[in-house]
Amino acid sequence: MTDLVHDPNNPTTAGNPDAVAHPVGDPGFAEHRPRPTDVDPAAEKRAERQIATFFGLSSLMAILFCVAYFTFDIGDDPDTILGMGASNVTLGLTLGLALLFIGIGAIQWSRKLMSDTEIVEMRHALRSPDEDREEAITAFNTGVEDSGIARRPLIRNSLLGAAGTLLLPVIVALRDLGPLPGDALYHTVWKEGMRVVNDVSGSPIRPEWVRIGQLVNAEPEVFYNPEPYDSEPIEGHHLLAEKAKAALILVRMQPDDITPAEGRENWGVDGILAYSKICTHVGCPISLWEQQTHHLLCPCHQSTFDLADNGKVIFGPAARALPQLPLAVDDEGYLIATSDFTEPVGPSFWERG
Amino acid sequence: MSTHAKTAAKPAKPSRVGAVANWVDERAGIATAAKKQVRKVFPDHWSFMLGEIALWSFVVLLLTGVFLSLWFKPGMGEVIYDGSYEQLRGLHMSEAYASTLEISFDVRGGLLMRQMHHWAAMLFIAAMFVHLMRVFLTGAFRKPRELNWMIGGVLLLLGILEGFAGYSLPDDLLSGTGLRIADGLVKATPIVGTYMSFFMFGGEFPGDVIVPRLYIVHVLLIPGLLLALIGAHMMLLVYQKHTQWPGPGKTEENVVGYPMLPIYAAKAGGYFFIVFGVTALLGGLVSINPVWRYGPYNPAEVTAGSQPDWYMGVAEGLLRIFPGWETEIFGVTISWNVMLPGQIFPMLILGGTLLYPFIEQWITGDKREHHLLQRPRNAPNRTAFLAAMMSLYGLLWAAGGNDILAILFNLNLNHITYFMRVAVFVIPPIVFWLTRRWCISLQRHDHEKLLHGYETGVIMRSPEGAYSERHLPISEAEAYYITAQEPEKVYELPAETDMNGVANRKARAMKLRARMSKYWFGDNVPRPTREELEAARLHAEHELAQHDPDGHQHLPAGGYTGSHELDGHPVDGHQFDGRHSVEGEELRKH
Ligand code: HEM
Ligand code: FES
Repeated sequence: MTDLVHDPNNPTTAGNPDAVAHPVGDPGFAEHRPRPTDVDPAAEKRAERQIATFFGLSSLMAILFCVAYFTFDIGDDPDTILGMGASNVTLGLTLGLALLFIGIGAIQWSRKLMSDTEIVEMRHALRSPDEDREEAITAFNTGVEDSGIARRPLIRNSLLGAAGTLLLPVIVALRDLGPLPGDALYHTVWKEGMRVVNDVSGSPIRPEWVRIGQLVNAEPEVFYNPEPYDSEPIEGHHLLAEKAKAALILVRMQPDDITPAEGRENWGVDGILAYSKICTHVGCPISLWEQQTHHLLCPCHQSTFDLADNGKVIFGPAARALPQLPLAVDDEGYLIATSDFTEPVGPSFWERG
Repeated sequence: MSTHAKTAAKPAKPSRVGAVANWVDERAGIATAAKKQVRKVFPDHWSFMLGEIALWSFVVLLLTGVFLSLWFKPGMGEVIYDGSYEQLRGLHMSEAYASTLEISFDVRGGLLMRQMHHWAAMLFIAAMFVHLMRVFLTGAFRKPRELNWMIGGVLLLLGILEGFAGYSLPDDLLSGTGLRIADGLVKATPIVGTYMSFFMFGGEFPGDVIVPRLYIVHVLLIPGLLLALIGAHMMLLVYQKHTQWPGPGKTEENVVGYPMLPIYAAKAGGYFFIVFGVTALLGGLVSINPVWRYGPYNPAEVTAGSQPDWYMGVAEGLLRIFPGWETEIFGVTISWNVMLPGQIFPMLILGGTLLYPFIEQWITGDKREHHLLQRPRNAPNRTAFLAAMMSLYGLLWAAGGNDILAILFNLNLNHITYFMRVAVFVIPPIVFWLTRRWCISLQRHDHEKLLHGYETGVIMRSPEGAYSERHLPISEAEAYYITAQEPEKVYELPAETDMNGVANRKARAMKLRARMSKYWFGDNVPRPTREELEAARLHAEHELAQHDPDGHQHLPAGGYTGSHELDGHPVDGHQFDGRHSVEGEELRKH
């Protein structure tokens, strides 16, 4: 039994006032106990066979993987096992087991047949020896001296300036990542006279078709029928970008339940109001409608808006009311917008004011 | 280095392997590096495997990711789907989504690789999390390992970003919704928000460039950074050598364990195959991210109960419980409700994590190197801090699923949110306080064990008829383990007179430091001195002698031996740490 002695020359403990003698004293390593495989040749042989079996099973699984690959159909009319795709399940099982068996075999090998005596290695100091440090500093200083960077401030400063100025091209070159926002966020495709259409069928909507308490997901007609609006067809990602701003919720409530804000008295038609479908929090489309309470709930972070009260936020992290779209009815009796939204829809941004 | 190798190395016979090694060494001089590393010693403990799992799942991600990239088309051009999945046939969708469907339904093994990739991503991030907690709890981040701690923190951040980028690639309804939320977060940035959003998406959200951009980030930029940082992490690990648990024969100056070749080559190699195999089984048997059920992205649609991947749960929870604060002033809008939870808090968490070793170092004033790990109970404040953070994490995570909780437990969603708003301030401090007390009482318990032995559960009846529980001394090895931690010193202010010359600000900092240091260490139970232990031993000997007048059980001189037998079994509490053999253990192990 020897005490743990702190080596005063070792930088990890040198100069450490707390490196006091340990109160118990290091009892040293426990005696190594041989395993069965160390002393019993039969056990050793058994372990050897067991490990080889694992590796053998792995090969078998790898071959079965190939068999499964060519056996089971995927695509239109896939084979199934227990309601799951047969190909996926068998490929996963065979590949998984092929890999696991190699892993288990290797670990068994290390535990049973490789030596299990712990060995000791000394740590070395992490810092470089003093001579090395000095040599490094001298070398560095010699180099710096030779360059004369300290003596020639003109060169040094102009070089620093040049390196700094190089940042400009780096930033400027990224300019074309995208167009400037301009006023894109302030406008949608809604405009006076644009029909409100059902977002599944694309057909225009008559007020009398909307029941009290009903919610209709709606869109501007221009997405389905551009001609009347003198517009090019809106397709692809333009369509998605426009949808992301113009998507609409149409609800019909008892006219008495509605308390329109000043100036919004005629924004509805017989209790039908239209609101932006895009949450003012961070922009999820809103969809959960409770007809009794007139509350609309965003599924993303549960902001709740009162559609009978101008789309005001009554709960959740959103800060602004849902923008409302003023409605009217055209000559043929279909719902139309009477203008664009009067404020930007969707998430807040700095300059929206 | 001393080895217990059975045979000494013989001079190499010329062999084919030797010839190849010679060829390489003549050109690259590998023998010099190899002679140190081949038998390099690593200590063994189950918790040291967590980082390894993270490493291996990263390798699985690289392999499965390359497979996926052979078919995946990172494009947002619109196509009409005509693949095998009937329900979506004829729909307009992006090339990215269509090719993800193709991988899932028309490439044999494609679905397996997709699911393996996703499962491995979960495992990668989860393993990094748990590994980080292990390092934190055991004080393995202390000098000289602060750098590796910071690299680890950045790796975790990059892993999460990489996961988010990957999740966004298939361009299904859920991943598009995730991007929409990211767009909202970006737009909330003061002054430049809309510009950043337009530059990111190449115009108005969603634009047609975000998937190809995220693709190159996902398959090149972040994996490259991860690879480089993992390399640095491992090189530092090798150079500094692994920490080890204290115990007999283990000191600050040595490393005790098994050699790289053959033990760790076999074990670590084996673990790689096990991690790989487990992800393959998961990929084959457990469905993950079935994108075909969500449909292509449509900014006007959303599914109820939409949830991001779990590692985003905290950010999601923060966003959900934050009150709707927004300021309109001087014609601009400041969206506190998005900026604080979405940008500022995550940065604070990251900054705090990276700087933690230095904060603790400042409080404790401990500039020593540490290679022996600390038991969590011996650093009560640190342990309590992590427990508090975990409770906060858990709360936010639950808040991120408040809709699911509401449905599951039939609760009012608004009440859950109100509860969470209060709970995140109240519960973590309570958890902190409880954990700290618990750690300290564990220390007291250790102290008791050292001085009075452990409770045997054997009730003794004295000749007078009194009952008492028999205590037996713990083994020497355990006593050594318990007392391994060197005593700490509370930072103390210099004497009043010396403080006079100190500038005011500095004096305030010093006072704060003294107070914190006192709180940090003040309640720790100091380890007993040699004299106290000796006194306790004599006392115990005396008692035992009284219990057993015939002298069957008295202590041999010299203190702890661990040879006291209770029904014939030596019990020293060290049996189950995997380094010591116990009777019957071969049944467990082999
Ligand atoms: C290092 C960490 C990585 C993480 C955390 C990660 C995570 C993810 C995730 C969560 C997905 C979505 C999978 C799904 O469809 O369910 C994904 C997709 C993808 N990843 Fe990775 N990945 C990583 C590395 C890589 C690498 C190195 C590559 C390629 C060299 C790669 C290539 C891909 C491709 C092509 C996809 C899209 C295919 C698809 O979604 O089906 N990933 N990644
Ligand atoms: S996006 Fe609607 S609540 Fe967050």
